Amino acid sequence: MPWYRKPQFSSLRPREPQESPQRVPDGLWHRCPACLSIIYARDFTDNLKVCPSCGFHEKLSSEERLAMLVDDGTFDECDANVSSIDALGFVDSKPYPERLAAMKKRSGLVDAVRCGTSEIGGQRVSLAVMDFAFVGGSMGSVVGEKVTRAIERAIELRIPMLTVVTSGGARMQESTYSLMQMAKTSAALARLDDARLPHIVILTNPSTAGVMASYGSLGDVIIAEPDALIGFAGPRVIEQTIRQKLPRGFQRSEFVKEHGFVDIVCERAHLRDTVITLLGLLRGPHQAGICAELPTGEEEEPIPAEERVAPQGKKRATKVKATTKKPAKRGSTQTKSSKKRVGAPRASR
Amino acid sequence: MSLAVLDFEKPLYERIDALEALRAKRRPTQADRAKIHALEGEIETLRQETYANLSPFQRIKIARHMARPRSLDYVETLFEDWIEVHGDRGFADDKAVIAGYARFEGRPVTIIGQQKGKDTRENLERNFGMMHPEGYRKALRIMRNAAKFDMPIFIFIDTPGAYPGIGAEERGQAEAIARNLLEMARLPVPIICTVIGEGASGGALGIGVGDRLLMLENSWYCVISPEGCASILFRDASHAPRAAEALKLSAPDLLEQGIADEIIPEPLGGAHRDFETTAENVRKALSRNLRLFEGKSGETLVNERYERYRRIGVFEEG
Repeated sequence: MPWYRKPQFSSLRPREPQESPQRVPDGLWHRCPACLSIIYARDFTDNLKVCPSCGFHEKLSSEERLAMLVDDGTFDECDANVSSIDALGFVDSKPYPERLAAMKKRSGLVDAVRCGTSEIGGQRVSLAVMDFAFVGGSMGSVVGEKVTRAIERAIELRIPMLTVVTSGGARMQESTYSLMQMAKTSAALARLDDARLPHIVILTNPSTAGVMASYGSLGDVIIAEPDALIGFAGPRVIEQTIRQKLPRGFQRSEFVKEHGFVDIVCERAHLRDTVITLLGLLRGPHQAGICAELPTGEEEEPIPAEERVAPQGKKRATKVKATTKKPAKRGSTQTKSSKKRVGAPRASR
Repeated sequence: MSLAVLDFEKPLYERIDALEALRAKRRPTQADRAKIHALEGEIETLRQETYANLSPFQRIKIARHMARPRSLDYVETLFEDWIEVHGDRGFADDKAVIAGYARFEGRPVTIIGQQKGKDTRENLERNFGMMHPEGYRKALRIMRNAAKFDMPIFIFIDTPGAYPGIGAEERGQAEAIARNLLEMARLPVPIICTVIGEGASGGALGIGVGDRLLMLENSWYCVISPEGCASILFRDASHAPRAAEALKLSAPDLLEQGIADEIIPEPLGGAHRDFETTAENVRKALSRNLRLFEGKSGETLVNERYERYRRIGVFEEG
């Protein structure tokens, strides 16, 4: 490393992350696991849990994810009481029911995904937000069922589907039932596709295996947070199979984008705005927001339909520009401005 | 027969060898004849005992037997006019999967099958039946043609998993499998899947979405191989037999779970001990299952397929 790039006071910093000499007290300070710099906890939270010095994206809980992504107070949770049962009598180091109970207690979650509808920039979407804290975000029957219902909800309400992925893969304790959830969710996405409704996927660290081999890879647009692990097989399994070290950056967001399987690598600070812009662009005539407002007897006047879409698209585009200029702070200001945005084309009609 | 003998079959085959040695004697004594008679009885009982209560892991060993019939064995025996086609039109031809068109009972059909080798050389060529993304894309290309020409699709599943390698990841293994799951869900032709050996994980499911799932008696189908499961959950791959029990991955288990529709019986000792009988059983099963879809419209097929997967899963609500 050239001397001019050397971090200041480098000699004062611990070089190795393990067995930290300084204990960082819980609550007030946060130490970045990537660059080891110490950050005032509130600054860290305000920065959406992204390290201000190295840009490391810390995992977010589903609660935190919803807070940064959706308009305040618009999340309407569905299927919150769907929970796993132990159909196979599975026992590893402890029986599966015990593991589930412990997980529920520790994470405060019912399973590894939360679903519902919500407004993002004033646009209603069907949401599935995964949570790594529950058995590594693994997909068993509950995740499969809830994601499928969320997709079906999107079709029924004719609104876009937004999925936030964080998952180590399928849940082994539910064995072949878990595997079949891949087919189930993908089949639902085939219907969403037939209904010409968009599926936007956000991949966060980590997004691997069964979930990636199903709905995680099936977005019309796939956005990834920087440096997230994304792939099918885990890096350890690949190393064991090919018996050689993996190249640097392998299976990370930028690598996956470079190979053509991710559309956009987007920092967390710009995620919400990017989603809002996309939702505005990927509309088409099949979504609720548009069809519901068509004047009755639309069949008799086929030409105005096109006229209707075109000016609206223009207006939307300018509006989006206006909002993206604003800082990506969540909160009431954003919500208000976005709501206004959707209101405007309506009023113009 | 010089087929490799599995560990749990050893007591049986030691007696069979002893019996053959005695029978080979030019001038058997009275004692030898008595011994032969006794051994014959013993062998019959032992044979029943050995195969009547196979543990899941013993079944897996049979499913992995080097001499077990492969996809091409069934294709060549049960179908006429087999034309194999190659390549995904994008990158390469994946030899871990075979694809092509043939006639079944006179009717044009499409066949996709994972293909393992029967010796090391062939296995290296076939990558042990572990597909790369281009394999899934080849399969999808051929299945789309099946839809175009209104041909039913027969799938033969036999893989230890999708290949975990650098190239496979670079070319989008996850996307290739996911895409197949989505597209197979809406192909408007009957899809009949048969697990003939191993059905490991997304690698198997990637060509395995269909209207019927048939399983050979000693085949298995699961979210992960028992070794993989053992090394993650028990931190040691040698606990695979225990994992195999826990995963409930054998054909009878899956029938009970409502995931498999039918078990195709194998002769005592496994499909490799008597291929003709196995092939005949498979032929009957394919024929019977194909008839279930006669006269069904593409739309009905796709809707029923959706419902079939829609109901799989166990959970409680409330």
